[in-house]
Amino acid sequence: MAQLTLPKNSTVQKGKHWPAPAGADPKNVRTFRIYRYDPDSGQNPRWDTYDLDTTQFGPMMLHVVIYIKDNVDSTLTFRRSCREGVCGSCAMNIDGRNTVACTKPLEDIKSKVVTIAPLPHQPVVKDLVPDLNEFYAQHAAMQPYLKTTTPAPDKEWKQSIADREKLDGLYECILCASCSTACPSYWWNGDKYLGPAALLQAYRWLIDSRDEDTGARLDAVEDSFRLYRCHTIMNCTQVCPKGLNPAKAIGEIKKMLVERKV
Amino acid sequence: MTIKPTPYKRITGLGASGGGTGHFIKQRVTALVLLVLVPLFLLQFLSSFTSGYDGVMAWLTTPFGALLTLFMLSAMIAHMRIGLGVVIEDYIGGAARALALMLNTFLCAALWVIALAALIKIYFGG
Repeated sequence: MAQLTLPKNSTVQKGKHWPAPAGADPKNVRTFRIYRYDPDSGQNPRWDTYDLDTTQFGPMMLHVVIYIKDNVDSTLTFRRSCREGVCGSCAMNIDGRNTVACTKPLEDIKSKVVTIAPLPHQPVVKDLVPDLNEFYAQHAAMQPYLKTTTPAPDKEWKQSIADREKLDGLYECILCASCSTACPSYWWNGDKYLGPAALLQAYRWLIDSRDEDTGARLDAVEDSFRLYRCHTIMNCTQVCPKGLNPAKAIGEIKKMLVERKV
Repeated sequence: MTIKPTPYKRITGLGASGGGTGHFIKQRVTALVLLVLVPLFLLQFLSSFTSGYDGVMAWLTTPFGALLTLFMLSAMIAHMRIGLGVVIEDYIGGAARALALMLNTFLCAALWVIALAALIKIYFGG
């Protein structure tokens, strides 16, 4: 259900300011406004601002937060791992748009103050770390693995080159959650609506020529909330840091359901 | 002490209802029908409107005028019921959701009955 205002204890307040290091050339200084929240402290979330000398770190937004943690404020908490856009750990909301920090260049951001917040509308574990347990459960519920009734062949399940190509643009998802947490339907009904990431995964198995569980997979998504909360506003496709198109995948699932019905 | 159900239990809930596709099809079919009927209705209605109240009444007592208006209003109300239902499902939660959906259905049904009664009354000598 839509929640358009924050409860009193989660209203974001003004936080600390960390000035630029002495001697930094003002031309190279940029300001970063970062969401800080520690639920265990009992305090409201706050926006901390950091003035940083951009010559001191690499070009990507992940470099910025790592630099802050190493050199300015070691209490800043965020997830990161691969630093090359394959693990999905460092997904966050940067300058108002969900993306993975490691593949987002700072120079692409034109705003005077660069805002960094956790992925929207998820419970916050700490600072930039959202609780994605339900998101992962939705992925698991799609049973993202080959399901067959025919006994497995001696060597392998064969697939034509053309059928394999149908999976391009689907299998590359890194589960960063940028798409699902950019979707208002997922914000309002995330407990029931599966969200673009899980549905993209569902479609990846629905059109796999080797999978024999298509009917049951369709049954699992045929629901006015699980699937039909998607109104094709395409925020998911706009933000996907891997350039995938979950909105199209969802449209294709709807087409399959219509085909099954009529 | 309350123990929250696991995330998997929370998101799978009672399972998929198996519904939604019927509404999805109906919403698109009625949209296509309205794409044809609304311009046709407006064209006819506005040209009859030039002769004022009597002109409109005369048009509505022709079989074509009466049936076109009835079909258009039927498709429109069916389309509206699903569309408003979607808005309710999006923004209203809990027990209020079921109540609002019922209210939506009743209001749309009432609207259709009123439209039908009005058209019959006009057609058979209002």
